[in-house]
Amino acid sequence: MSAVLLETQGLSKRFGALEVARGIDFRLEAGARHALIGPNGAGKTTFVNLLTGVLAPTDGRVLLDGEDVTRLAPAKRVKRGIARTFQINQLFRGLPVLENVALAVAERLGAGGDMVRPAGRRADVLAEAGRLVELLHLGADAGRRIDELPYGRQRLVEIAIALGLEPRLLLLDEPAAGIPSAESHIVLEAIAALPPAIAVLIIEHDMDLVFRFAERITVLVGGAIFAEGTRAEIAANREVRAVYLGTALDA
Amino acid sequence: MDLASILLGGLAAGMVLFVVSVGLSVTMGLMGFVNLAHGGFAMLGGYAVVLAMRHWGLPFGAALALGFVAVALVAALLERTLYARLYRASELDQVLFTIGLVFVMVAGVTLTVGPETQGVQLPPWLRGQTDLGFLKYRTYSLALIAFGVLLMAALWLGFERTRIGAQIRAAVDNRRMAESMGVNVRRLFTLTFALGSGLAAAGGGLGAEILGLDPQYPLRYLAYFLIVVAVGGLGRVSGVFFAALALGVLDFVLKVHFPKGGTMFIYALTIAFLLARPQGLFGKRA
Amino acid sequence: MSLPAATLEAATRHRLRAWEALPWLAALGAFFLFPDYLAFGTQVLVMILFALSLDLVLGYAGIVTLGHAAFFGAGAYTVAMLAAHAGWNEPLSGLAVAALVAGLLGLASGWVLLRTHGLTLLMLTLCTMALLEQAANMFSGFTGGFDGMPGLAFQPILGLFEFDVLYFRMQYLYALAVLFACFIALRVLVHSSFGRSLTGIRENLLRMHAVGAPVRARQVLAYAVSAALAGVAGAVFVQATSYVNLAVLGLERAAGVLIILILGGYGRLYGAFVGALAYLLLEHTLSKAYPTAWQLGIGITLVLVALYARNGILGLADALRRRWRER
Repeated sequence: MSAVLLETQGLSKRFGALEVARGIDFRLEAGARHALIGPNGAGKTTFVNLLTGVLAPTDGRVLLDGEDVTRLAPAKRVKRGIARTFQINQLFRGLPVLENVALAVAERLGAGGDMVRPAGRRADVLAEAGRLVELLHLGADAGRRIDELPYGRQRLVEIAIALGLEPRLLLLDEPAAGIPSAESHIVLEAIAALPPAIAVLIIEHDMDLVFRFAERITVLVGGAIFAEGTRAEIAANREVRAVYLGTALDA
Repeated sequence: MDLASILLGGLAAGMVLFVVSVGLSVTMGLMGFVNLAHGGFAMLGGYAVVLAMRHWGLPFGAALALGFVAVALVAALLERTLYARLYRASELDQVLFTIGLVFVMVAGVTLTVGPETQGVQLPPWLRGQTDLGFLKYRTYSLALIAFGVLLMAALWLGFERTRIGAQIRAAVDNRRMAESMGVNVRRLFTLTFALGSGLAAAGGGLGAEILGLDPQYPLRYLAYFLIVVAVGGLGRVSGVFFAALALGVLDFVLKVHFPKGGTMFIYALTIAFLLARPQGLFGKRA
Repeated sequence: MSLPAATLEAATRHRLRAWEALPWLAALGAFFLFPDYLAFGTQVLVMILFALSLDLVLGYAGIVTLGHAAFFGAGAYTVAMLAAHAGWNEPLSGLAVAALVAGLLGLASGWVLLRTHGLTLLMLTLCTMALLEQAANMFSGFTGGFDGMPGLAFQPILGLFEFDVLYFRMQYLYALAVLFACFIALRVLVHSSFGRSLTGIRENLLRMHAVGAPVRARQVLAYAVSAALAGVAGAVFVQATSYVNLAVLGLERAAGVLIILILGGYGRLYGAFVGALAYLLLEHTLSKAYPTAWQLGIGITLVLVALYARNGILGLADALRRRWRER
């Protein structure tokens, strides 16, 4: 049984009368390949925002490696090993692809505070950024500005940045959304190439991707955990199918 | 000067600030657009009032109404043609655009009317002093205070009781949700912008005897308008009301007791207040 | 652009290009070619430095401020009051103290103000500047207030080079030397990893947090460095003109430097050079003759720039060059 990397206890979030997260008890182990699914508005992105510290919970705790990080700022959680992609791309739009990834790598390598040495001289940063750009098949666009790229390719940059942070826990919010199906294998391959010790949590609607990737699946409905189990268990769960009503869960 | 006189004088100035700034607060709360040219609309209104009275012989009240309508129309036109292009633009672009617009307004007024301070001929019923029993005070200032209170009441009723008011409040609180509920935010904004600028114009005319009226008006009071809006909380009419009154009284007191540089305390207080409470008096926490 | 080309570009971006010598050669050339206009030239050099400081905080870090004259004025008054009241009128040490004072002021106000953003931040920068302006007004016994302190005298630089009150020759070279030194420091900073991270903060604040950058610390540091540079500009201004008054802290000066930077093109250092020269030349010729028309023209230009040419003159030049290449 691998170590528990991430745990939430009774995680709740309320906006006035609106409850977007209700007492979520969640566990993720090192090396996990976990998917979070659920109908629109179920609170999946909210959950990720709570995990990363973008939102502060009304109740409950978030524990990373047993350490309570509930009050920790997002940037500090990144330093502890959590990286995420956003549902809507959050990129440095005026900068080229390589630079986008290099900024993330530079922060991880602790170069960001250096006020003297030219960024261009940090061969380690550029080499690693280049490796990630190649990994996501973005080599041909490495020098192009983000706002010149089609949305699908921008999405890949989003993933490259998260990978550049060498996280222990990777949270991918609908990574394949917007990527043409001919290229969605790139995402899977990149994830498959990750070191096995990294825990990966995907939010996805593409059931094909979910069932190819996930070993365990959590179903979120109305801000609470509706069902949780292995891939097989969830696929066979009739109530889960009912909740999805027509989504291609009938494999 | 005794306390009551200072208080009344400050309240009158504060009321003028309120009338001018309330439009800015609502439009900023609604669209998040940094409109540094708002004071320019107030100035244009003041000049419209002065010119209408001087060249067309209009009485004060009618001139104010004319100023309100004329500037509201100009504002609506500017909003549709120019402002709307910059709603998605960066804050810097909005700042640049509105500063440029102010310069154009200031230069335009200087070229057509001249750089001198303009005076407003108050109607006879506003001149002189009124006996309040415990104090005799300038009628004009008392009328301003009364007008401010009435306006506050009217706006409050408007926001609480009318459908448009409810739509504006909803859109200020959460624009996307309001849009998804069918509120036509674009049209709402043009309307609010026009009305807010019209009110500013009326304020410019009303307050000409207190805040003065010259081409430097928009830039001289820029900081004060922004302070009132930020301290009150964006989009909060009651917030603007109290912030404007507080600023008016403070400014008056400081100018009486520390004529040189006394207003530095206003800036210091504003900084301290907004650091302790960045959302302003009644604003929502980000 | 492919990966190897992009990598090469990123790795060599900081290298000096031949054309970068041009502004300095031009400045030196102006010294010999226009000996009667060196007072004006000194003004241009001072404004270039001031605009460069604003470029760091606005062009690179993306912090929109209307109150940067607070630091220009802080440096100016530091030097003036040291000279007038403490008898300390050695120019180079005065510069250092001015930079320190302005930098500390920037550090303190940045740490406090940069908790806010948007309109609130903009307004607070205005308030900080107005606060200093009124404080200088209040203590006009010390500062000379509205009328200012004329006739400030400064010792020769390094004991050798005397300020030339008639033709501004020494002032010009002094300003040029200070500008050069500051520019080098700024150029190094902007090309460092720290400088690149500022660009990231400007382009997407949320993303910078999400890659673990200590965003606020970086912003405050950039703000403080920028303030120090602005302070140096203000100090040189006073040392060169022997005069200081409240206008160094005024909205006009703050708006003026913003316009200069935008006109030239922000976020690229050299925009400050182009903007200052263009703006001040035009102002010098047009504003005296037709002051109101000048203001109208500037207003219209700003509106047009905001709508169509947000990257200023250098931005337009870039766009033209790209179009030419794609033919």
